Amino acid sequence: MATRDTELPALPATAPVVAAPRVAASLTADVARGLNPGAAAAQVLLDDAAIRRALLRIAHEIIERSADPTRLYLVGIPNGGVPLARQIAHNLREVAAVSVVVGVLDTTLYRDDRLSSAVRPRLRRTEMPSAVDDRQVILVDDVASTGRTIRAAMDALMDFGRPRAVQVAALVDRGHRELPIRVDYVGKNIPTARDDLVKLQSDADAPESAMQVVLLRGAGEAR
Amino acid sequence: MTRLLIRGGRVLDPASERDERADLLIEDGRIAALDAAIETRDAEVVDAQGLWVTPGFIDLHAHLRDPGQEYKEDIASGGRAAAAGGFTTVACMANTDPVNDDPAVTRYVLGRALQHAPVRVAPVAAATRGLEGRVMTEMAALVDAGAVAFSDDGNTIMDGEVQRRVLEYAKMVGKAVSVHAEDRTLVKDGVVNEGPISTRLGLPGNPSVAETINVARDIALAEMTGAHLHVAHVSTAGAVGLIREARARGVQVTAEVTPHHLTLCDDMTLGYDTNTKMAPPLRSARDVEACVEGLCDGSLDAIATDHAPHAVYEKEVEFSAAPPGILGFETALPVVLELLRAGRIAPLALVAALTCNPARVFQLEGGRLARGAVGDVTLFDPEREWRYDPAQGYSKSRNSPWAGKKLKGRVVATIVAGELVYHVDRGVRDP
Amino acid sequence: MTFNCRSLLSIEELSRDDIELVLETAWRMKEVGQREVKKVPTLRGRTVVNLFFEPSTRTRTSFEIAAKRLSADLVNFSASGSSLSKRESILDTAKTLDAMDPDLVVVRHQVAGVPKRIADVLAAPVINAGDGAHEHPTQALLDLMTVREEKGEIAGLTVAIIGDIAHSRVARSNIHAFSKLGASVRVVGPATLVPPDIERLGGAAAGAVKVFHSLREGIEGADVLMALRIQRERFAGALLPSVREYAATFGLDRARLRFAQDDAIVMHPGPVNRGVELAHELTDHRPSVILDQVRNGVALRMAVLYLLSGRSSLPAPPEAQSE
Repeated sequence: MATRDTELPALPATAPVVAAPRVAASLTADVARGLNPGAAAAQVLLDDAAIRRALLRIAHEIIERSADPTRLYLVGIPNGGVPLARQIAHNLREVAAVSVVVGVLDTTLYRDDRLSSAVRPRLRRTEMPSAVDDRQVILVDDVASTGRTIRAAMDALMDFGRPRAVQVAALVDRGHRELPIRVDYVGKNIPTARDDLVKLQSDADAPESAMQVVLLRGAGEAR
Repeated sequence: MTRLLIRGGRVLDPASERDERADLLIEDGRIAALDAAIETRDAEVVDAQGLWVTPGFIDLHAHLRDPGQEYKEDIASGGRAAAAGGFTTVACMANTDPVNDDPAVTRYVLGRALQHAPVRVAPVAAATRGLEGRVMTEMAALVDAGAVAFSDDGNTIMDGEVQRRVLEYAKMVGKAVSVHAEDRTLVKDGVVNEGPISTRLGLPGNPSVAETINVARDIALAEMTGAHLHVAHVSTAGAVGLIREARARGVQVTAEVTPHHLTLCDDMTLGYDTNTKMAPPLRSARDVEACVEGLCDGSLDAIATDHAPHAVYEKEVEFSAAPPGILGFETALPVVLELLRAGRIAPLALVAALTCNPARVFQLEGGRLARGAVGDVTLFDPEREWRYDPAQGYSKSRNSPWAGKKLKGRVVATIVAGELVYHVDRGVRDP
Repeated sequence: MTFNCRSLLSIEELSRDDIELVLETAWRMKEVGQREVKKVPTLRGRTVVNLFFEPSTRTRTSFEIAAKRLSADLVNFSASGSSLSKRESILDTAKTLDAMDPDLVVVRHQVAGVPKRIADVLAAPVINAGDGAHEHPTQALLDLMTVREEKGEIAGLTVAIIGDIAHSRVARSNIHAFSKLGASVRVVGPATLVPPDIERLGGAAAGAVKVFHSLREGIEGADVLMALRIQRERFAGALLPSVREYAATFGLDRARLRFAQDDAIVMHPGPVNRGVELAHELTDHRPSVILDQVRNGVALRMAVLYLLSGRSSLPAPPEAQSE
């Protein structure tokens, strides 16, 4: 299965994308998707303290609902889900003394978007350090909305093996679901307009640095 | 008696070094008067206000493809295109099918031209049978039939002795031998000028020395035999230099250069457009510069089009498989006027290269506006801008690097033997 | 960062950023190739046509595997022979193909410039899989990818390209590629097989390309040694005296490697003439990275197919405008 081979040995030291700050990279990706973060003033929905409280609560809930916490496997969806998955894993170690595997799974190649723009989104990294077979996999994303990213992540996950169960954790759930997908662990439900943009801002290279969730009114994709 | 009065134009006659505003009267096919103001009744009048009036252009090098390749061009369509380009006489090459190596073919060409072409056609007969470079043609008989010169053109005679004998024999019959001077063993499969551009393109190069070497050989043979050597479509600085030196020594060598070798460089080929593929190929900027200098200092006598029609589908192939050559008649004038506008050449010198010089090279009628000369006249507007669309032109083919380009300078009227055969507003009048 | 070309016809026309994006994407694609299920649904429902006028099992197969890993439908269209022998112009072939609405077309042809001419009439993006002695852009990109894996950084490296430079599309693409990323490039070969003005090929970095006619001087201190395949027919004409003399003067073996850097790697676009451009012992083992090149080729071609596939939904460009 996905073993050591999936780790990427030479790139981290040299490839510019990894060296670049993640926030900058995600902004670039937003621009590439046609979003325009500069169009609206950012409103902070969750500050760093609120986020950390929510992630601690989610860790407790995961333990409560896990028959065997040693079989847990957290999979962060880039970019926002990756620091959150790491933080939840940290919390699980603190509250339950379990060390869980954390993976990174890019969903870009599985997305069903009929691309109206000619530009293909830039790929993010995928690092699945061990097999997912028979694990309780929790997909972690920053913001859950239409459900399409989670759908893509589930498809991608299935190509890595056969998990015992798949659950979803999201820091924010804005609703607007377009697929029959349920979020199992929610940090906060936040009603928003469809054309709003909600995103996590963080520095992936500095896990201890402050995170916040911001709302940009009207900056999302109009439908 | 037909009378045609060309009124109020700027008359340029390089043979008499005349450049002045004047009226020109043609009677019964010959020039009757040239004066500041001619008053006459019952003459057809052509208003030449704002136009340049010159002897009819003479092209020493064209491919009319007739007989045998009428899908590319024929004597009628080629003749119409020539008229629209201001040419009143075109010399056509012998690489037809059958080859013009027999008096019957020469007579066929002249007969077709008389019936179907609005301009004069002067056949250049093959120098060797079948253009094979081995056995010379019956030159005396061909001259009797109307051949004006001899050439194997693109089938360069590589055998030194054959070339020598051809020159000797042509001298005896009093005609020039026109040569496509390229050492075929050096050209090999080369399709673009060898240099930085061929290296970038990854296409086989044709080195400029291939031309220089054969020009040197042919000049040496002309010097030895005393024959008249005419170097076709000079493209390299090396050849221009050799011709200049040979003329200074008194060798009887003349030369022509095409509008494309005077204005386009090999970097035109960077998009792999097969309409930039010619033989010889477009050369470096330095070679282009040398050709312009050669034309200006008289080392190169004439501007010749090397009009070479090819069907669209023949050019829509791999660059190396495409036949070389481009249309020339209808774009020649505006293209060479660029040199005039750039201040590179004087008006009379430019007109001479299109008229009296080529007439002298092949001993043709026309090329001057003196009283009693043939009434072949071209009128053009050097300022008129137009967009060239080969599909709207008269040639059957479309292969031109100037397709779709805006050009400046346009032939307004072409007069052959006092007959208005082309007018820009009315088109070509067939014979 | 977005890929700025509609088609991939040459390295010459790519910007440095374009190259970086392709390499980054290829790196991600390599991870896909290491999964148990080596297939993603990205190009489901898209049709990729391999239009190969010149036989090439390796490159064609590499594109085929790449397309299939992205779930595209792939059609092989082998059109051997030139226009002249078939009496059908390449543009006719291209227009016929265009009418079948492919999403991406991969073109290989023995004559330089054909992919560009085809791209001019096709609505779909075109990937040049090698045209005559012009370019072979995916080969150069996979070479960059391999060198970056081995050496970490391209800038500052000395890359020696050895052999028949004149007839090599791989050489031209790699000269552009490595020059653009800041390596200094040397071309090493017999005087008859180094084309005129090759020094001027590197473009912006003037003087980045140097010519050597001595193998020893050419590879002195080099980090990357890239041997090119020499075609047997070169020995039939005026270009070279014999295979034996070529192998003796420009063939690489272990003994000669000592002139290069200690950690120099040996590359070859394949297939290798063993004992001619590379000694047998250099073909299969370190410091040879030939099989890594092949492996990276699939990932690199997945990246190119992916990046260009977004373009296939665009309307056809207007007829090429002159002027």
